[in-house]
Amino acid sequence: VSMFEKALRGGRVYWTWLGVLIAFVGSSLLVYLYQYRQGLWVTGLSRDVSWGLYIAQFTFMVGVAVSSVMVVLPYYVYNFRAFDRMAVLAQFLAVGSVIVSLVFVTTDLGKPMRLLNVPLHPTLHSMLFWDMVFLTGYLGLNLVIGWTALSAEEQDAPPPGWLRPLIYLSIPWAASAHTITALIYAGTPGREFWLTAIMAPRFLVTAFAAGPALLIILATTIEKLTVFKPGEQAIQKLATITLYALILDMFFLGLEFFTAFYSQIPRHMESFRYLLFGLGGNSAMVPWYWIMIISILSAIALLFIPSTRKSRVRLVVTCTIAFTGLWIDKGFTLVVAAFIPNTFNQIKEYPPTSPEIMITLGIYCLGALIVTVLYKVAISVKGGREEGVISGKGGKAP
Amino acid sequence: MMDMERRKFLKFAGISALTLGTGFCTGSAESTSDMWPDPKALKAKRWAMVVDMGRCREDCPKHCIEACHAAHNVPYIPSAEDGVKWLFEKPYKNAFPDQQERIVPDKFRRQEFLLLCNHCDNPPCVRACPTQATFKREDGIVMMDFHRCIGCRFCMAACPYGARSFNFRDPRPFIKQINPAFPTRSKGVVEKCNFCQERLAVGQPPACVEACKEGALIFGDLDDSGSEVRRILLRKTHIQRKPSLGTYPSVFYIVG
Repeated sequence: VSMFEKALRGGRVYWTWLGVLIAFVGSSLLVYLYQYRQGLWVTGLSRDVSWGLYIAQFTFMVGVAVSSVMVVLPYYVYNFRAFDRMAVLAQFLAVGSVIVSLVFVTTDLGKPMRLLNVPLHPTLHSMLFWDMVFLTGYLGLNLVIGWTALSAEEQDAPPPGWLRPLIYLSIPWAASAHTITALIYAGTPGREFWLTAIMAPRFLVTAFAAGPALLIILATTIEKLTVFKPGEQAIQKLATITLYALILDMFFLGLEFFTAFYSQIPRHMESFRYLLFGLGGNSAMVPWYWIMIISILSAIALLFIPSTRKSRVRLVVTCTIAFTGLWIDKGFTLVVAAFIPNTFNQIKEYPPTSPEIMITLGIYCLGALIVTVLYKVAISVKGGREEGVISGKGGKAP
Repeated sequence: MMDMERRKFLKFAGISALTLGTGFCTGSAESTSDMWPDPKALKAKRWAMVVDMGRCREDCPKHCIEACHAAHNVPYIPSAEDGVKWLFEKPYKNAFPDQQERIVPDKFRRQEFLLLCNHCDNPPCVRACPTQATFKREDGIVMMDFHRCIGCRFCMAACPYGARSFNFRDPRPFIKQINPAFPTRSKGVVEKCNFCQERLAVGQPPACVEACKEGALIFGDLDDSGSEVRRILLRKTHIQRKPSLGTYPSVFYIVG
């Protein structure tokens, strides 16, 4: 509790930032209430494209959440000390991301008040049931691990002994959680675009690229705004992880293209054809898909150049490019294109509506709010220890 | 041990509550009649529907769809994308998108095929549903519990036949005339054809079968060697939608 008080002490920039986020969350909550009263017709979803922006954000953010293992694993298992100050950032990003993804999936429900029907009627053959189990568990693990480790540090004590098994458990737990997210898609007989055994591996690599890329951006922002220094070596390690994961992503995507276009099985080709070239004059997603491919390929090329990695500005720009590409793919096209063409081989495109987009932005603001507060606590504890001053986002606290 | 006892208790409590609930609010749930089975109830090992396309007339005003939607309080929502459909029509190439024949007999190319839930023997929607709100009965009917459905629409993603509709809005204002014998739905739940289980339970054939004047819809027990569906299927050439997916639909189309 005393640690949480640190979140209540901050400078002007900190409070302004929180105020802006709260304003966005509040106004999008109003939009959500409109959706709740009216029903999901206020979204761009339809009988044909029955999942869209919300479920895609859920999918993408589960990935960002589980990517914390890319920091946790080297730090706790291989004792990679450079992640000393990065570990807590990764774990708290995971907490924010899991909450965001759970909020997204709830926002998508037609009957959100009945959410508890999932644990009340455990259905072992439903991947959505398992996903809920693994996500709530993962949220708990990260909260407990992150908070306990930080409390111990605040009191200058070693973390309690029971924490280590939990940390080890969190690693396979993360991989399983995201594998199950992929299995939601990879087991649907009528959606050949999703019906691919490489879905789970690809989910993991896109997660392991998007998460570290975002961490680099966040860590650099913190470095600029506070006295907290996550460390150059940690950033460099994350850049390497991002690069490898991006390469694997493109490799896997290439394999998808091969299977679809070499086999020439129409149902396997159609969604890819829709994304790459458009189908029957419908091409709303074509520019996005090409931006995705080009941005990921250019991020790979840029990350290979040593001067990109060494200059922090260039590195952050490159990570932003990579993150954007990954988001277009997993945060939109991957979910939506499976419905285009639909099961009748008819094309109905999906443009998200403005209420839908506003609610989506609001949920991301909620995530940013949670992560900001958690980071504030983490930085106050760690920064206070190292620099002898209590620092926060946007300047020194009183 | 403790856990088992608890679970048993909860199960018992749940069943009691359900029994009481359905008992007192007759007509509120879809499965009222299950509690006190009607002696006239029609029973089968596996219900199946045969659509005889030779008899399904092009110029027919489709009483079957009207009867179905009237019996089940299916709303008439003007925009196609939010629409709710239990029984509907699509041209051959959309009903059977995997059939890649270049030459299709004129009759079938022009004709609309009647589509409905296939009541698959191996239903992907049931596998996907996280709450068992959709489930398969002993007699093969794939059912929806409108009161348990959370509206996640995983079943819609899982169904390869586009047979499921979501209530994107409150359907009640769009129902022409409410049939008090069948529940209406609220917004946010998924629904689909139920093979008229509520009619079978009181000894009546499905509404669409009864409404069809041409005898193009034949309903019966696929596992009964003496049934009419069985005899027709043995005699005539028929196809099923997307058979390679291993869902084993219970709806057959006579094309010979």
